Amino acid sequence: MAGAAGPGTGPVAAGGDGDDSLYPIAVLIDELRNEDVQLRLNSIKKLSTIALALGVERTRTELLPFLTDTIYDEDEVLLALAEQLGNFTGLVGGPDFAHCLLPPLESLATVEETVVRDKAVESLRQISQEHTPIALEAHFVPLVKRLASGDWFTSRTSACGLFSVCYPRASNAVKAEIRQHFRSLCSDDTPMVRRAAASKLGEFAKVLELDSVKSEIVPLFTNLASDEQDSVRLLAVEACVSIAQLLSQEDLEALVMPTLRQAAEDKSWRVRYMVADKFSELQKAVGPKITLNDLIPAFQNLLKDCEAEVRAAAAHKVKELCENLPPEGRETIIMNQILPFIKELVSDTNQHVKSALASVIMGLSTILGKENTIEHLLPLFLAQLKDECPEVRLNIISNLDCVNEVIGIRQLSQSLLPAIVELAEDAKWRVRLAIIEYMPLLAGQLGVQFFDEKLNSLCMAWLVDHVYAIREAATNNLMKLVKKFGTEWAQNTIVPKVLVMASDPNYLHRMTTLFCINALSEACGQEITTKQMLPIVLKMAGDQVANVRFNVAKSLQKIGPILDTDALQEEVKPILQKLGQDEDVDVKYFAQEALSAVAQRLRKLDFPAKDSEEPSAPGADKNHFLRPRGPGEDTGKAHTERAARVVSEEAVEAARFRGTDAAKGPAYQLHVNTRDTLAQLEIAELVHFSQSRD
Amino acid sequence: MSSSSPPVGAASAAISASEKVDGFTRKSVRKAQRQKRSQGSSQFRSQGSQAELHPLPQLKDATSNEQQELFCQKLQQCCILFDFMDSVSDLKSKEIKRATLNELVEYVSTNRGVIVESAYSDIVKMISANIFRTLPPSDNPDFDPEEDEPTLEASWPHIQLVYEFFLRFLESPDFQPSIAKRYIDQKFVQQLLELFDSEDPRERDFLKTVLHRIYGKFLGLRAFIRKQINNIFLRFIYETEHFNGVAELLEILGSIINGFALPLKAEHKQFLMKVLIPMHTAKGLALFHAQLAYCVVQFLEKDTTLTEPVIRGLLKFWPKTCSQKEVMFLGEIEEILDVIEPTQFKKIEEPLFKQISKCVSSSHFQVAERALYFWNNEYILSLIEENIDKILPIMFGSLYKISKEHWNPTIVALVYNVLKTLMEMNGKLFDDLTGSYKAERQREKKKELEREELWKKLEELKLKKALEKQNSAYNMHSILSNTSDE
Repeated sequence: MAGAAGPGTGPVAAGGDGDDSLYPIAVLIDELRNEDVQLRLNSIKKLSTIALALGVERTRTELLPFLTDTIYDEDEVLLALAEQLGNFTGLVGGPDFAHCLLPPLESLATVEETVVRDKAVESLRQISQEHTPIALEAHFVPLVKRLASGDWFTSRTSACGLFSVCYPRASNAVKAEIRQHFRSLCSDDTPMVRRAAASKLGEFAKVLELDSVKSEIVPLFTNLASDEQDSVRLLAVEACVSIAQLLSQEDLEALVMPTLRQAAEDKSWRVRYMVADKFSELQKAVGPKITLNDLIPAFQNLLKDCEAEVRAAAAHKVKELCENLPPEGRETIIMNQILPFIKELVSDTNQHVKSALASVIMGLSTILGKENTIEHLLPLFLAQLKDECPEVRLNIISNLDCVNEVIGIRQLSQSLLPAIVELAEDAKWRVRLAIIEYMPLLAGQLGVQFFDEKLNSLCMAWLVDHVYAIREAATNNLMKLVKKFGTEWAQNTIVPKVLVMASDPNYLHRMTTLFCINALSEACGQEITTKQMLPIVLKMAGDQVANVRFNVAKSLQKIGPILDTDALQEEVKPILQKLGQDEDVDVKYFAQEALSAVAQRLRKLDFPAKDSEEPSAPGADKNHFLRPRGPGEDTGKAHTERAARVVSEEAVEAARFRGTDAAKGPAYQLHVNTRDTLAQLEIAELVHFSQSRD
Repeated sequence: MSSSSPPVGAASAAISASEKVDGFTRKSVRKAQRQKRSQGSSQFRSQGSQAELHPLPQLKDATSNEQQELFCQKLQQCCILFDFMDSVSDLKSKEIKRATLNELVEYVSTNRGVIVESAYSDIVKMISANIFRTLPPSDNPDFDPEEDEPTLEASWPHIQLVYEFFLRFLESPDFQPSIAKRYIDQKFVQQLLELFDSEDPRERDFLKTVLHRIYGKFLGLRAFIRKQINNIFLRFIYETEHFNGVAELLEILGSIINGFALPLKAEHKQFLMKVLIPMHTAKGLALFHAQLAYCVVQFLEKDTTLTEPVIRGLLKFWPKTCSQKEVMFLGEIEEILDVIEPTQFKKIEEPLFKQISKCVSSSHFQVAERALYFWNNEYILSLIEENIDKILPIMFGSLYKISKEHWNPTIVALVYNVLKTLMEMNGKLFDDLTGSYKAERQREKKKELEREELWKKLEELKLKKALEKQNSAYNMHSILSNTSDE
């Protein structure tokens, strides 16, 4: 190990020493101490750069002690620090020195803020893997022990997450100690610690020897599962999955099942909810025999639980449960033991329960086959399609493909249509949006004839919806339909209706025509675009509303690539040039944008364009739209909801500027991109050059 | 620890589907209903069918020999629970229980000598059977206590009387804690504390009085109660961010802190620094800030040496984006400054006024205004005057800047007044600062440039080292390949 690391670290360390005068640690530490939190945060995020400047030796002897000593800062800064240190092994000199990182992380693992602590534990887990077995016992295990016997609950909570990473590589004597510590944390008198221990119980069980699982983990599990606080008990259910996987059937029956049965009937709905939520995992872990004897009856109870939350969680699992049953006898079990309960749920009083069921019930048809589906499931589907709650209906419609495979969609189409029509006209736009998204799927399954007869008018009606999001979705929907049904269909049924709207008195509808053309032109191809769409677009360039005019410019830019050179040169360019002189600034801007795109396209087509005539629009205008990037650009990313309290004004400001720039001037983005690429090229060249020199 | 909060998890699972459809469904549906909703207890519904109640003779008609026996029978009768979600079932029995509970309340509050040793067990059993229950999942997973109507407890007609009875029992002159402690033990208190999460404010109000009485009468339970409240708060702050009874518990704590003996125990100081101060970070601070600030100030009145750590703690958790909370923090700081000792003030003035100077220049006018109101407080003004040499240089920059730049005319006017007051306190320093203002700004800009320069150099260095590393790796590689060739 040392031999391999030697040549690699040598020059770097030497370089670090050579730059002493340039980067005295005091200057760097000043940065880490800056009064402005935002600047401190920025510095911490570049901690690896600082460490690199100092070299491995001084990072170990000066930087890390500083970090360890001064850990009292805003949680956001601590979070960044905890994250950085997880990747610091190389910067302190490789695995041999990984233990140097433990002291600062140990302090971070004791702070109150959960987010910071969790990150510190994550980094510690990462670093533990880089320790040699000897270093692990000499440095890491003592740290875990210290945390596990800390005074304040935070350090004990953090310790819970570290046992499983050091246990497998420890010697037997140390293993016994580790188990002892874990045991005592499981009966800690602070519920926070018991919760942490319970949540790591499964993970810890997995790395233990089977004997220890039986003799030690199982009693801990039983205790935690009967804790006085339901928040602890429910975590034991999670652990149950992992523990059950490790045990034989007899051991399971004797050691785990009594506790699991009790959890399924716990007096707290939270625990029962957890059982329902983890049902599939539990089912897989305990195997088919216990499932039949114990889990199915428990599941029946969960499906008729007194709390809707529990019923909904169980309803979500219906399909998975059925799928995972052993194939022989599956049908009988479902028909006799599950289906009667499902029938009840279809008319549940709670809409969440019904919609949970609706989201999975269609999946049963593939398991039960055609006849059972028609006889038993179809009535349920039909009932749910008429449910008063739109969400239930939507969930059924969104899963139609499962049924389609088994019995074909015709069986349903009579009931489907009223349901779709009703959803299509729902007062809530989000419901309308959801049904639009299923239109291409429905169209594919119902066929073009049914679609033209029943659904086409709906699709066209959405184009004039009063909510923009619906009009936009309707436009995309048309594009998908054209892809499905072909250009001929488009030309006959869609395009004429769309183009008629170009002379609608409402300018929003006129714009919809343009948006449709943007979406459809590519799918429709050159001929339809040139002959039918282009004239309409060009005509609209004379619209009295500026928004329509600049959208004309955008549309022309968009459909440009589909048109041939004649059309571009003779028809598009003159109109764009005219728009380029428009009185409205936005129209002017987008016209010039489009013009340069068209010019480029023409050049590409090798048309002898008179370049001198072209107004150098984007170049001249670039500065107008180019605004400086604010500092703190990348600090906008929030880590977590809570730790994201620090958002500098600059970042907000920068985001605002970016917003306007991105919306208005693609030139701005283009420029930046070029610069980035150039920089990358330079680097690549340097690297390349230095390598080829040898 | 996300997995440890199933109420949230359960809720999100249940609503995720609906959010796909319409994120506003629940709210709009709820607003449309406009009716008080109520919910029953989770425990009850799993109980199954019940027996019908038959009226017992009135206690006042019984002879004194029979009275005790009848009292216990009635208590046992009241252990039976009814489903109030079903408003038509068991009407007769519900009425009998209600009347009996009323009679029991009357009986223990007007008669002396009826709470005999043998009755304690039945009394506590009856209370436990009625009030201890698993609280049902919240109807509205994103319940906003400030905006939404709370869900009321359906069985309130009975539960209210049980709480009433409980209080009369605790407050009765015959009540003997030494006997009661056999029944009102740690487990009992633990369950009582869990009920504080009830969404029904009427219930929490009763609980508050009940717990206060218990804390007063059971000396042996005090430490336990404090520790459990501690745990509830820590869970609230760091795990769930949800607990309905925080304000009520803080109110009880306010009076508990008031009674702490001096010098304060380490346990109490730890509670202040590790629980009460971090509690300021909670999202729903507005719901309990008054009670929280009261507790903090109580501590400072007990022990002034805590002022510095408390203010530093508040500065650490100072809200960065929530103006509403910032105004609350400023209010709390003013309350603290009202009772601060001048020597303590000196210790904290610098970081504190740096924060105040930031608040004063906040673009949110309510924050700026709240901070500027400090200058209307006589005592604070006298503290500032005493320490004007320290404070003026900190405040001057931002005051000077906003006097020229703030968008809100009220703020500008207030700032002028503040500047005038400060000028009167030390005219010479004020003039000096005005004179050096420009130079100061320039110095700051230069420093900023130097910083950028430093980082640029560091980045270059990083690049260079990366190259060196690559080179040396390449060298190694070529040496190795050379040797293998030979």
